[in-house]
Amino acid sequence: MHVLKGIKNVLMWFEHRLVLRETFWPIVRHPVPRSLRRKVGWMYVLGSTAMTLLFLQVATGIALSMVYVPSAGEAYESLNYLNFQVPLGWLLRAIHNWSATMMLIVVVLHMTQVFLAGAYKYPRELTWMLGVVLFFCTVGMAFTGQVLRWDADSYWGLGVGAAMIGRIPYIGPALVDLMMGGPMVGGETLSRFFALHVYIIPGILFAALGAHLYLVVRKGISEPPEVGNEVDPETYEEEYEKLIADGEGDPFFPGPMARDAFFIGFTLLFVLAIAVVFGPDGPGLSPDPANVAVEPVPDWYFLSLFAVLALSPRSLETYIILIGPIIVVGVLFMLPIFAGRGERHPFRRPVAVLSVVFIFLALSVLTWLGVTEPWSPHMNAWTGDAVPVNIVKRLSPTEMQGAVVLQLKACRNCHALDGIGGKRGPDLTHVGSRLDRPALVRQVVQGGGNMPAYGKQLTGAQITALVDFLHACRPENRPPAVVPTPGDGVEGPGKLSRAGP
Amino acid sequence: MNEMNDVEKSTTEGCCKKNRRAWFDWLSWFVLGAASLIMSLPVIGFLIGGVIWKKKDQWVPLGKVSQFKPGTTEMVTVKNPVRGPWDGITGELALYVRHLPEGEEKEFQIFSLHCTHLGCPVSWFDEPGLFMCPCHGSVFYADGGYAAGPAPRGLFEMKYKIQGDQLVALVGHYPTLQSPGSANVQATET
Repeated sequence: MHVLKGIKNVLMWFEHRLVLRETFWPIVRHPVPRSLRRKVGWMYVLGSTAMTLLFLQVATGIALSMVYVPSAGEAYESLNYLNFQVPLGWLLRAIHNWSATMMLIVVVLHMTQVFLAGAYKYPRELTWMLGVVLFFCTVGMAFTGQVLRWDADSYWGLGVGAAMIGRIPYIGPALVDLMMGGPMVGGETLSRFFALHVYIIPGILFAALGAHLYLVVRKGISEPPEVGNEVDPETYEEEYEKLIADGEGDPFFPGPMARDAFFIGFTLLFVLAIAVVFGPDGPGLSPDPANVAVEPVPDWYFLSLFAVLALSPRSLETYIILIGPIIVVGVLFMLPIFAGRGERHPFRRPVAVLSVVFIFLALSVLTWLGVTEPWSPHMNAWTGDAVPVNIVKRLSPTEMQGAVVLQLKACRNCHALDGIGGKRGPDLTHVGSRLDRPALVRQVVQGGGNMPAYGKQLTGAQITALVDFLHACRPENRPPAVVPTPGDGVEGPGKLSRAGP
Repeated sequence: MNEMNDVEKSTTEGCCKKNRRAWFDWLSWFVLGAASLIMSLPVIGFLIGGVIWKKKDQWVPLGKVSQFKPGTTEMVTVKNPVRGPWDGITGELALYVRHLPEGEEKEFQIFSLHCTHLGCPVSWFDEPGLFMCPCHGSVFYADGGYAAGPAPRGLFEMKYKIQGDQLVALVGHYPTLQSPGSANVQATET
């Protein structure tokens, strides 16, 4: 009993000086609407989960920084050292990586949920805006973290970033130097991104998080939306007060908070499981500027952007790069200013629901395209992918020479035969039934339609052989293509008597 | 309450003393403001120093002229003249050297291997005589000209000269659209 009393005395000594009961107890016990007791309450666990993952990032990040060397000459080595030499280093790297991935997913889900539930409306506009800041900080952490991996992908990723910034009119080149910490990607670039990843962005992140949490507690957790219950700034706060008045609301701790605790615990175990199963990400190839045998690909969350950059029309690309981000940030940021009142329930907000569906569909399709990269040449196809046997076996000697030309001239890097090879240009398996000889010669010699002109690279004999081969590329028993030439009286592929030369 | 302490007395006595005190208050705030501003100058200068006092491109020997056969294009790797002391492998600089066939007006072309689209490394394919980019599929002809893909212009080209038996090029910075290679040649666009 004496011991217990002693402990109590010590605690009271601290409490008397810290006054925690008075400051923090009301915060953890702040009242939340009783309707959160329903299943819909599970929708409210995402914010605290994202925050917990952030704390996990801080903990694992600090641990990793005890070994990681932010020097261009040694970072790559130190990551391999972490992976293979430091006890549990691989696991810490894996947790840091997968927890970052999970954090980004949870943050996006949290934003989507808040958007769909209309929780960003009056009087919580500023909470949303700070949330947008937190979202971009999270994305910034993801990009800078990818840079610290300091492998070929991160090295060329920096080059891509610099090339994008370099397109900003007038100040572009200066900003590129500022970003790289000099005229080239090197040691000062890495140190710069280390500072961003470890000091600057986390500083902004925690400041914004503090303000975000302050507002969540001050303005209260939004009640689950109900159809027909419109937000009117005149009356909203009065009605909300009634929901959380004594005897009406539940204190956040311990009831509703338990749900957060369960979900967070589940998420942490899930992160640990995938970290153990999938391990750390990279480092991949070394950041060697002279190694061109790389196919730089960003981390998955930037694949959609990667696809946009490949697919946007050449004439519009600079505008998309420069104006697109301003629009995205502006729309996200200003959303509660333009839509800060009225219906909250998604059943009454078709535009909001359709926007979410559209954005997720677009991002998924773009990400899928980013994974498959149909626009990238297959750099090894010219030597790696042979002409399929079923095509070769019916070729004449000249046509076979043409097949050799096709391989040597790296046509296969962009063109597939039987689906094997590059996907940038059309599959050539049946090209003989689509283009006639003059059209084939023209396409090979002059190029066009996003294909280089090969006129200077081919001799007359090579062109003849190549066109013979392409002409023979068609299904058995199908006649060669007839492409009408203006003025020769042929109306279309119907008149097969004129087929062939 | 009718007892006033010295401080209160002095402020309420006469207009001049009061004004003088207010003036000193303002002066104090001004001193702090000016000091903060001046103190921030070196910090800001440090942060943007690399932009103001730029490291300039330098002439770097790429190899003996005789080692590049006419009509070929090959990659050379040199130490980047603007590298830092601990840049390790990233302090290397790779370039494509094209020795033009005899009879052309120029003897050499030196290309950056950064694609003009978004900076990925282009690969040289000898047989078709093309540079291809692995990222978004831009293609360039042997003379650096634009052939296909999303790139907005031809490859970035560097200035070169022949010094004794050495081929020397003016290189260093990472070329971008508004700060292209040292030759600053707008390669042929289609």
